[in-house]
Amino acid sequence: MQFVQLLVFLILFPLIAAFFLLIARKDLEREWIVKLSALAIGIVSVYLLITTYDKGTLLISAIPAEPTGLVMFILEMLIAVYILYLGIKHKKWLVVGLILVQSVMMLYFELVYSHSVHVQANLFSDELSIIMALIIGIIGSLICVYSLGYMKFFHEHHPEMPDKRTWFFGTMFLFLSGMFGLVFSNNIIWVYFFWEITTLCSFLLIGYTKTEEATNNAFLALWMNLLGGIAFAGAIIWLAMFGNGIMGLDALTTSGKVIALIPAALIGFAGLTKAAQLPFSAWLVGAMVAPTPVSALLHSSTMVKAGVYIIVRFAPVFDSTVTGYMIAMVGALTFLLASGIAISQSNAKRVLAYSTIANLGLIVACAGIGTYEAIWAAILLIVFHAISKSLLFLATGTVEHRIKSREIDDMNGLIVRMPKIAAMMVIGIAGMFLLPFGMLISKWAAIRAFIDAPYGFVFVIMLAFGSALTLFFWAKWMGKIIAVTSDSKNIEGEVDRSEWAALVSLAGLTFVTTLVFPMLSTHLLEPFLMTNYGHIAQLSQDNIIIMILMLFLLMVMPLSILLPKHKHRHLAPYMGGRTTTADMRFSGSLGVQKKTVLSNYYLQDWFGEKKLKSWGIWLCSAVICIMILSAVFRVVM
Amino acid sequence: MIDIIMAIVFVLVAPVIGGLVAGIDRKVTAHMQGRVGPSVFQPFWDVGKLFEKENAVVNETQIFYAICYVLFMAFTGALFFSGGDLLLVIFALTLSQVFLVLGAFAANSPYSYVGAERELLQIMAYEPMVILTAVGMFVATRSFNVADIATTTIPVVLLIPGIFLGFLYTLTIKLRKSPFDISTSHHAHQEIVKGVTTEFSGPSLGLIEITHWYETVLLLGFLYLFFGWNPLLAVVAVIVLYLLEILIDNTNARMRWQFAVKSAWLVALVAGFINLAALYFLSGGVS
Repeated sequence: MQFVQLLVFLILFPLIAAFFLLIARKDLEREWIVKLSALAIGIVSVYLLITTYDKGTLLISAIPAEPTGLVMFILEMLIAVYILYLGIKHKKWLVVGLILVQSVMMLYFELVYSHSVHVQANLFSDELSIIMALIIGIIGSLICVYSLGYMKFFHEHHPEMPDKRTWFFGTMFLFLSGMFGLVFSNNIIWVYFFWEITTLCSFLLIGYTKTEEATNNAFLALWMNLLGGIAFAGAIIWLAMFGNGIMGLDALTTSGKVIALIPAALIGFAGLTKAAQLPFSAWLVGAMVAPTPVSALLHSSTMVKAGVYIIVRFAPVFDSTVTGYMIAMVGALTFLLASGIAISQSNAKRVLAYSTIANLGLIVACAGIGTYEAIWAAILLIVFHAISKSLLFLATGTVEHRIKSREIDDMNGLIVRMPKIAAMMVIGIAGMFLLPFGMLISKWAAIRAFIDAPYGFVFVIMLAFGSALTLFFWAKWMGKIIAVTSDSKNIEGEVDRSEWAALVSLAGLTFVTTLVFPMLSTHLLEPFLMTNYGHIAQLSQDNIIIMILMLFLLMVMPLSILLPKHKHRHLAPYMGGRTTTADMRFSGSLGVQKKTVLSNYYLQDWFGEKKLKSWGIWLCSAVICIMILSAVFRVVM
Repeated sequence: MIDIIMAIVFVLVAPVIGGLVAGIDRKVTAHMQGRVGPSVFQPFWDVGKLFEKENAVVNETQIFYAICYVLFMAFTGALFFSGGDLLLVIFALTLSQVFLVLGAFAANSPYSYVGAERELLQIMAYEPMVILTAVGMFVATRSFNVADIATTTIPVVLLIPGIFLGFLYTLTIKLRKSPFDISTSHHAHQEIVKGVTTEFSGPSLGLIEITHWYETVLLLGFLYLFFGWNPLLAVVAVIVLYLLEILIDNTNARMRWQFAVKSAWLVALVAGFINLAALYFLSGGVS
């Protein structure tokens, strides 16, 4: 069956590419392998969309569980030994402890229960898998292509670091393979295996530069995700002990709350760790030490999206339970607090990190509420966030290489210094918070979903405040970029072609997805909602027309630059009557020449990272405890 | 449904009404201060004069942002008065506001820069309450469409009195009235010169003035919605409430932005929460 082969191709092909990347020694070889593999993965994921169009959920029983399961188990154990070794080597005893606990759990499961588990279909695919596959296949591959140029530049300018690009690209493709496996697995033991693969890959990529900070942050990411892994393993054992051995996602989500609620709560917890929700936000912020393409990959198409994906998968189980509302509350609190923290950050990558955490919070909030409207909003958020955020990271990476800084204040007048990249960045930022772009449509959908949900008003209020905070930090960043400085010169120079190709494609996708979003909704989201919830959510025709109108208006307006211009008289900015030179220097009170320096508001007193984070850690930890307890309570009572 | 004719009428007539409101505002203000004041048509002469002036700029992009500002404000108002979706109106309004902020940032001038940051603070201050207003109206009327809310038979303001008061509070910020005229002011006294509009002059400044007129009419339209079940009462209420805003403007000194943001948030939180919670539980839990 052709369709099965496509899924297997998507899971295994990146693995083969990774293998060849590991043995490729020359730059040119590597470049061709990455480009061709990225192209192949992109094309096949689109082809998958075409072949499965209108087919709904497809279960695949062709792949036998047994030899594959055993291979997975052996690999899991090898990974565990490897992590154990690294943990001991770096004296990270927490990681050592966690990996031991996890391995013992899986060993116990394998020895005692694995024979009583019977899953009809190990792989499957439905509209949600397809959407995820498109995100991984297109955005993930674009990021890999971008990395070619970025990593070359990176090692040219950091000669002190060992050039381990073979490892780097190999791990990137392994990551893609793991993500494809995750979204196509129906057998929950398989999901767990791929889950651990993504944890391992992110650990390796974060620690890539081998500096002390990078190693520490990699271990931070590792132990937080291992905690999630333990919860996941716990869910599997629970299912084996009390769940009649149901291990298929398809059966599990419809098996009723008595069987599914506790494992769903545990896996939801695992999802929260992977999606970097408070109190686990630190690992994603720490991951910033890695080269920028890694951040782009972690934040947009892999890793954190795996976390929200699994929560969205289990949403039918959470529907109108206290457990679900508590997960939603963790998400909503994270959205609110992380948006606030983003205001206080002056480092572009940290702003992006907190914005990712915030948006993931919103997705988790939608998934926890779990009504059909909320799930609609959640999936839209996953799609649009992936596009805009990867664009922003990649643009920031390119800018960083040229101005040697990640500080937003150093990006003043970027539109003059690097007009093309600045334009990409502006599109990315606009995509994150302005009408008519996707993220705002999704937020709008979320508001409507929250109103109709029980206790929704609490979430609506949190969303209203959170989106006001979001607006502040995006707009002030945008203002920095578009400020026209009189003394700057164009220093853009030649942007690496692979970087440029990725940036333009993602900027194009920002517009295209906004345009085709009604089709995306009708052909992928609505069938998915219909199958799983029996209702569909959509925007009214009028509103879609209005937004397309606005999109065109926004696209046409910049063309006004092409119109013949009147010659306007240019005046220097008002400086309170002082005489000012062309580059905005003025003589200060003691006759000293001063340069005018403009800096953003960061409101440290209100939104300082320390304060808000410690609030968030306590609040969200408490909510998570209630979440787990409520699941136990409901099942036991 | 979208009513194209109303949209066109708004685009053409709103500046006239908005300009007259500005003129009456100045007249009433003058009387409150014991002056005679200019003619009610003075705003039109002022803006007319601006368009006769030379368009001197710090850089060309400012003109682009000014045009986008007026364009999207007219678009937003047209959307509102043609009966469109209230949330869409609010988001479009934000887009328009962001263009003004960008115009101020683009000049790279200290005064307009501080003005831009403060304008963003103001937006951040009123945005939650404005979104909650739309939510409140939906809870009261079960519709987001302005057309439905304006013609409802439900006394909206009686169902969402808290949200109404909260909206009134933020309206002072949106209309740039004292004590919340912190990013730019219609009055002469301003520590950051003219804030966001410092670097705009001539026709560009004229466009910004016209945008304010559009915005005033749009905001008065918002007020109308609270009383939509009784058109006569609604018109009277809108007039009285606007006069109240003028009174507040003339009897208050400018506050610091910290107060503006904190108080607006507190009002939104308290009024919004109590009101929405009360409606939720009174309607039997599941709204």
